[in-house]
Amino acid sequence: MNKYIKESIFRVLMIISVFIVIAFLVIIIGVNIVKGGIVLINEPAVIFTAPGPKYLLGGEGGILHAILGSILMVIPSTCIACAASYLIALFLQVDYIKNRFSNKLRVVFDVLWGIPSIIYGIFILNILIVTNRRGSLGAGIITLALLQMPVIVRYMDEALNSVPDGIRESAYSLGATRLETAFTTAKYALPGIIAGILIGMGRAMGDAASVIFTSGAGNSMPKGVSKSVSSLPVLIFQQANSFYPSVREHAYAASFVLIIIIIILNTISRICSKHFQKYTAGSDR
Amino acid sequence: MPKKEIEIRIRNLNIYSINKKQKYSHILKDVSLDIPKNRLTSIIGPSGCGKTTLLKSINRLHDIQENIRVEGQIFIGDEDIYNTRRQVNELRRKVGLIAQRPYPLPANIYDNVAFGPRLHGKRKKSELDDIVESCLKRTYLWEEIKDRLKEPAVALSIGQQQRLCIARALAVEPEVILCDEITSALDPISSEKIESLLLALRQDYTIVMVSHVLRQARRLSDYVVFLYFGEVVEAGSAKEFFEFPRDQRTKNYISGIMPGL
Repeated sequence: MNKYIKESIFRVLMIISVFIVIAFLVIIIGVNIVKGGIVLINEPAVIFTAPGPKYLLGGEGGILHAILGSILMVIPSTCIACAASYLIALFLQVDYIKNRFSNKLRVVFDVLWGIPSIIYGIFILNILIVTNRRGSLGAGIITLALLQMPVIVRYMDEALNSVPDGIRESAYSLGATRLETAFTTAKYALPGIIAGILIGMGRAMGDAASVIFTSGAGNSMPKGVSKSVSSLPVLIFQQANSFYPSVREHAYAASFVLIIIIIILNTISRICSKHFQKYTAGSDR
Repeated sequence: MPKKEIEIRIRNLNIYSINKKQKYSHILKDVSLDIPKNRLTSIIGPSGCGKTTLLKSINRLHDIQENIRVEGQIFIGDEDIYNTRRQVNELRRKVGLIAQRPYPLPANIYDNVAFGPRLHGKRKKSELDDIVESCLKRTYLWEEIKDRLKEPAVALSIGQQQRLCIARALAVEPEVILCDEITSALDPISSEKIESLLLALRQDYTIVMVSHVLRQARRLSDYVVFLYFGEVVEAGSAKEFFEFPRDQRTKNYISGIMPGL
């Protein structure tokens, strides 16, 4: 076959696959935004009101408890996961341990990344049962921290690895200790690190399976660390299972809110990366 | 050479690198050298003969690489840097390294120069301002960039970045400056500025320079060391070295006939 014909065949294949994927994404996001938007335009109070006692049975109320629950679980868990991941990622760098060991640890984190989130949920659930506790906000935070840690570690590690050796060597040759050098290289890697944190946060924000057992998934407003909370993905699952069409409609409103939160997170990460890239752009060798 | 004029004494330095199959390769073979104080010493030799390795060993930068083993002694002043109780970063502070390509730190110009002094406990703004100004003046950068100190350092041209790296190294008040082919990435005009800068700096600092360019080594250096496959073939004052080379290999290298290269 002529190589130019080959070239054009592959070009057509590429365009088709891009088109298929984008079309599906547009349909998914579009349906949610349109349907959710309609619900929100008709009853904008849904996102501001707490649910009534029989909300999931077609009663009065809104989805405020799930929005607050999601935020209250995701932000602290991301903070915990970030602190831990940052230390781990620094430790994985060549300066602290031998390459052989760090490569093995990387495999461990890749495996953890691949583990389905329900497994994390069941693991924490087991601990809760053994210690005779109920599902709560605290347990949800720990589960989500565990869930997003491998993602953030691997992203941070890759970002730190991509820092040119010259930066590290210049910091060392100025008399910096390993920790000071690590902070300097981390600043260079900041765009990648932020991307990792936001992706981990997105994973935690959108995950239902891990918190469905551990956070209690109740129908009340969040009241304390040891009390039950709901989250948006869990609520969507509950609403979509409902017999009542009005509740099922509200699932679209919840998805709308979730999608908007994810879009906001992505925008923030872009802006942050851009801001810090001005110190590294052009020296990317 | 009289002893008090010697800044760095290298004795029986052997450096091995270990590859993945645990095999050693001998990079520097029993190198012994004297490097004079407040002079510019050039290390020349073909690629892969261990010039950069030798340079980095003076700064103990091989410590951060796990697959390199260093044996032997290097004295800076009277201190054996591979056998001392002081912390490595204290030693490295006395020896500045300037890399082949400029690597500005991810910060603005001011913070790049102030980075070193801040590490070593100078926090007062007025003090830092003075250091930044004097270091940038010494590297002839002050006039060019005094209005843009808060801009990212990567916005400078590559020649300016290299001078900024020199200013950054000067800011921690080193005694020795190591230069690893610092003009090889630059255009001729920037190179010339750097060369005149080196000539001015050698009054106060001991400079060790790796160079690929024989003419540059001839122009700048007081002393020359010729490395060939990990061995020191010849070392001596620049005049003697270039005009009356003793070793046949040196003669060939200088005249450009190097069999087997």
